[in-house]
Amino acid sequence: MGNVLAFCEFNGAQLRSSALSNLAFARLAAQARGGTVVALLVGAGATAAGPEAANYAPKVVVVDDPALAHYLAETYAPIVAQVARAEGATLISATATSAGKDLAPRVAALLDAGMASDVAKLEGKDTFMRPILAGNAYSTVQVTTPIIVVTPRQSEFEAAAELPAPGTLTTAAAGTINALGAEFVRLDAQKSDRPELSDAKVVVSGGRGMKTGENFKVLEQLADLLGAAMGASRAATDAGMVPADWQVGQTGKIVAPNLYFAVAISGAIQHLAGMKGSKTIVAINKNKDEPIFQVADYGIVAEWEKAIPELVAEIKKLKATR
Amino acid sequence: MKILVPVKRVPDPTQKAKIKDGHIDLTGASWIVNTFDEYAIETALRLLENGAENARIPGGELVVVSLGPTDAAKEIRTCLAMGADRAIHVVCNDHEIDSLVVVKVLQAIIAAEKPDLVVMGKQAVDGDANQVGQMLAAKLGWPQATFAASIELSADKASLTVGREVDGGVEYKKVPVPAVVTVDLRIVAPRAVKNGVTPESHNYAGEGARLPSLRGIMAAKKKPMTTGQLADYGAAPAPVIQELSVTLPPPRAAGQIVADIPTLVKKLADEAKVL
Repeated sequence: MGNVLAFCEFNGAQLRSSALSNLAFARLAAQARGGTVVALLVGAGATAAGPEAANYAPKVVVVDDPALAHYLAETYAPIVAQVARAEGATLISATATSAGKDLAPRVAALLDAGMASDVAKLEGKDTFMRPILAGNAYSTVQVTTPIIVVTPRQSEFEAAAELPAPGTLTTAAAGTINALGAEFVRLDAQKSDRPELSDAKVVVSGGRGMKTGENFKVLEQLADLLGAAMGASRAATDAGMVPADWQVGQTGKIVAPNLYFAVAISGAIQHLAGMKGSKTIVAINKNKDEPIFQVADYGIVAEWEKAIPELVAEIKKLKATR
Repeated sequence: MKILVPVKRVPDPTQKAKIKDGHIDLTGASWIVNTFDEYAIETALRLLENGAENARIPGGELVVVSLGPTDAAKEIRTCLAMGADRAIHVVCNDHEIDSLVVVKVLQAIIAAEKPDLVVMGKQAVDGDANQVGQMLAAKLGWPQATFAASIELSADKASLTVGREVDGGVEYKKVPVPAVVTVDLRIVAPRAVKNGVTPESHNYAGEGARLPSLRGIMAAKKKPMTTGQLADYGAAPAPVIQELSVTLPPPRAAGQIVADIPTLVKKLADEAKVL
């Protein structure tokens, strides 16, 4: 039925955790479709990540070219399409990260492929379940084109395990690189020692009720104690209290940590769509009627100003006893 | 500058999702212009006007395009009332189209209209697919700037520098026109769009896209709206994505309100085993 090409993001010699989720999805797809997984690494310096990728995929194709120093959909999409054709891939997957979401539809159009976005579950060789209406419903779709493009959700697919023996490493030429005039100007990175929001085991999020960005420092104490990532509701990011990429929700990050703290967050549908897959949800809000309490496993009706310092102290106490 | 904004009408997301015969039941649903598409119209208007004087820059044009049933004319009029100059309504049923069909129609319209820029919402809030902008750019052979949180038009109007919200920060990407730009939430921030005419000090007020004024609503009634069929644009009602069924997620079991923080920590440690 053809192979499965998994576009993998990397950082230096390491695959990103999003790539491991993608490889897990790609394995399921290859099983259902009867092909093999081919991992694809594209970018200047991609060669460095080749050996790690080979631990997870029976075949790795590396396209390493100095002209690919920065990710651009314009230059990457034709390369992915070209490798897909060369490798006989009939399903191409890229995790639904910001780059994956930017790239995958462009690849799909180049291959006249139907695409299933933000896939939560593989239901069959060409059938996928995906959330719609901000996660308020799940749609099962069948993609009927000969080639299919899929962006699996990182939060729904656990990282792939290493293969018993590493796969083969090959290289491919980038071919003509044409950015169509597009240029990468710069990245204003949000520097953080905390784990990435999308794959953190614990997330501490604050909402409108935090009132100011300064107040988030109190939440950061809790996050640091638990090795958690920081998140926020749209109300808080829109108000400029915290960086935009902290936003959890339908249009922000989708997270599914083991433990999610929603502090001073009312629980709008938009926000719930981004976090209701969390294993345990704790809501802290002074208003007991907020909708967040309907999805929370544990609720504390209190002002955060009082509750958070107490929570930090109590967790410290617990840790001291272990 | 001529800007084309594709828009979609969507069921009002505040309505509760209902299922009938295995699909979303939209009988009696109320409809709105997709929020991100409203933001795209707002973005286009900010590019085309002097915001401080609330006046359009001569020579600019804003054309909206929508694919949808006859009823969708109502939401298209809303776009005209916001300030779009004219509209193209491609009449079809929602089940006859998917991203690739929409792209095919838009491609034909763009070939005829030759806009300098396509600005659209990053996704429709019903299907949440986030595909059409990127697919359209690929088919046109144009550059793309997705998830735009800010746009700065160059003085010669030949390029745009777009701030894109990506994982880990904001990426700035420069694209020449013509290009496809898809907009994210924060594109409607007070100073997110700079066109070189509106003074840099000007702050757009309010949250979100502008509401149609009464004058705008009156004017919209007289603005031209062309209607056509899929076949007029070389497209067929042949979607490649088939929706087999829709289900509602099981509701989360009701949680408990705990009395105090020590109890919470104890429960998180012993009951949920997450600490």
